[in-house]
Amino acid sequence: MDLFIAIFTGTIIAATPLIFAALGELVVEKSGVLNLGIEGMMLVGAAVGVWVSYAGLPMPLAIMSAAAAGALASLLFGVLALTFLTNQYAAGLSLAIFGTGVSAFIGKGFGSAPLDALIPLEIPFLTEIPVIGPLFFNYDPLVYFSFIMFGLISWFLYKTKAGLVVRTIGESPESSHAIGYPVIKIRYLAVMFGGAMAGLGGAYLSLAYTPLWVENMTAGKGWISLALVVFAAWRPARVLFGAWLFGSMTIFQLQGQALGISLPSEVLSSLPYIATIVVLVIISRNWQFLALNFPTSLAKPFRPAE
Amino acid sequence: MTPRLELRHICKRYPGVIANDDVSLSVMPGEIHAVLGENGAGKSTLMKIIYGAIRADEGEMVFDGNPIASHGPSISRALGIEMVYQHFALFESISVVENIALSVSGKFDLTALANRVRDVSIKYGLPIDPHRFVCNLSVGERQRVEIVRCLLQMPKLLILDEPTSVLAPQAVTKLFETLRQLAAEGCSILYISHKLDEVQVLCDSATVLRNGLITGTAKPKQSTPIELARMMVGADLPETHLDPSTTSDTPFLNVDHLTAPSDDPFGVSLNDVLLSVFGGEVVGIAGISGNGQAELISFLSGEVLFKGADTITLDGKDVGQLDAGHRRERGLAFVPEERLGRGAVPPHHLSDNAMLTGHRLGMVKHWMIQRGKANDFAAQIIRKFNVKTTGYESAANSLSGGNLQKFIVGREIELGPKVLIISQPTWGVDVGAAAFIRQALIDLSRTGAAVLIISEELDELFEVCDRLHVICQGQLSKSLDRKNTNVEEVGLLMTGLKSNPNSNIGEAV
Repeated sequence: MDLFIAIFTGTIIAATPLIFAALGELVVEKSGVLNLGIEGMMLVGAAVGVWVSYAGLPMPLAIMSAAAAGALASLLFGVLALTFLTNQYAAGLSLAIFGTGVSAFIGKGFGSAPLDALIPLEIPFLTEIPVIGPLFFNYDPLVYFSFIMFGLISWFLYKTKAGLVVRTIGESPESSHAIGYPVIKIRYLAVMFGGAMAGLGGAYLSLAYTPLWVENMTAGKGWISLALVVFAAWRPARVLFGAWLFGSMTIFQLQGQALGISLPSEVLSSLPYIATIVVLVIISRNWQFLALNFPTSLAKPFRPAE
Repeated sequence: MTPRLELRHICKRYPGVIANDDVSLSVMPGEIHAVLGENGAGKSTLMKIIYGAIRADEGEMVFDGNPIASHGPSISRALGIEMVYQHFALFESISVVENIALSVSGKFDLTALANRVRDVSIKYGLPIDPHRFVCNLSVGERQRVEIVRCLLQMPKLLILDEPTSVLAPQAVTKLFETLRQLAAEGCSILYISHKLDEVQVLCDSATVLRNGLITGTAKPKQSTPIELARMMVGADLPETHLDPSTTSDTPFLNVDHLTAPSDDPFGVSLNDVLLSVFGGEVVGIAGISGNGQAELISFLSGEVLFKGADTITLDGKDVGQLDAGHRRERGLAFVPEERLGRGAVPPHHLSDNAMLTGHRLGMVKHWMIQRGKANDFAAQIIRKFNVKTTGYESAANSLSGGNLQKFIVGREIELGPKVLIISQPTWGVDVGAAAFIRQALIDLSRTGAAVLIISEELDELFEVCDRLHVICQGQLSKSLDRKNTNVEEVGLLMTGLKSNPNSNIGEAV
């Protein structure tokens, strides 16, 4: 039972940074913009979170600063891709590289000094329930927040008019503009939201998961978030599922290494990446489902007609 | 009385083209005002300027006596200007009611809105199911959605761009009643059409555009169609000649008891379809969109294969299992309803688009494109079919609808097909180009080819077809000889009333 609890909670925790980053990117892509810079924005968020924390400021402020830093970094992409209509692939890739560099620069003097980590919340009564307590009520606040964000984003996209507008801009910015919606402004907001979410994902890594600043500590989690969105066919619930799958595989391979499974550790380490993509590809083969959810204008530059 | 809308000296220039040159017009409250003109005359540009989707270079607009300083679609909607686009501004991936919710202000309540949509659509005889996804709707159904969307807004000025192209005659009559009622309530209507008879029946006044300039104004009810056409085209209209024909002994295209249940919950199942098209004749299929035309066409063109043997035969040979490419090799040519995206690749130039189906004429040698031959082929189509363009290097999407259609039809005719299937040959095409295309189809059949036209425009079918069928709810009527039938009979079959007396129009469409 203890092993099960360890795997279950480990899965949830390992999935959290992906949930933040991928859900943010999902909103961005739903508006028809492809920001490949998640890895960079996560790293900037991670570094800024640690920086603020080292400065002796309280944890909530560190987390909010990380989100703000992610949003600020995304603006760099936004200005290039939305205002100057540069190629979105190129702008996103340069943000990924730029974010990696900037985060390394910010984190240069950090060393490995101990850090006040984000600790699990003690919820009166609930945490003490046997089995249920450790399974569901023994996480840090950001884990709960990621679930709240999942609910909010699903509700926003599919139940509110603003969410409908985001989706229609992703399908056809021309028609959205024609019926009077401010396409560029809404895309900017989506991009910044995605940046803030990536920043949170990064902060989760450096303030709760590790908790420590290590250069390049995202180790490809930004890229896997990007893949998650695509293979989840732009549906929030599938992103959640994919993130858990990735998390469980991460924990499984760690346990596997501990149990001494006779596979090279490189093979085991690559397992989460491979398994997640294979499973999501298999479940997303329904053509009609994809057609209904794919943002048709993805990565196409748009300039309002004059 | 102050005019509802006044345009003063509107100019709009694009590189190389003057879309609108010093255009002035005024529309009174409750007036139905026609804007007539060939494709590319600048009507759509002018309407977009009025709606605020694009900005005029010069000139001013006055609405209800107040000049509009800075314009935009949201300002239009605040003023009560609504527009039904020719190329619809509907989103495919969401439902009808969600589409409508986007342009309705107020509380976001889809359930209540769906009820309103249903009420309005039934009241005005434009039935639509608010919960269907737009990607599953036919062109005609999409247009109904657009019109209902505007009617929900209680507009002060309604702009309609070619609204009747895909409606059944009874639905057109119903729409006209709606528009007259709206006008009687004080709503002004700007009605863009190529159909002179409609303009004469419906409109109080007309402004005629040619090459961006106003060439005349008229009271359509007191003018003759010939006068209007001359202002519009600048010359007398060509007439189509339907010479008597001798048909082949065996059918070139034959469909023998085709029954195909549809997998798509929104699709139409075909039921026991019997159809023969002989060489030397033009056969038409009439019907309101969404009654199985799309399904039948995809079986005939080879986009969807049919499993049964000897059901679909081309020149006596079973082709049900052959894909579109192989059927083309056996002499089938096909012009789809959607010009951009299915008939042509929008951003590619005409030479590439000519090669799409023309490559069989020796344009590929040792896997290499013979660019010169492709260019010659495109140039030949442009010349023979009178396509207005700067040359074979123009992108397909830079041509007006009528010119692109002439190019696509020309491309297929130049292949010298045994059987040509064409869907909505003149949808959104101006009078001049439409007459040209119709004559080209008749001429093709008179050289011995079999021509099958699927169209929702009855006038067109009566003009070019030797025989007619009607499709309704996946069933094809028996063959009707054009000389022994009339619009009323066909119209009744289209709504299913005749063969199925218990159903009403609402269910049939």
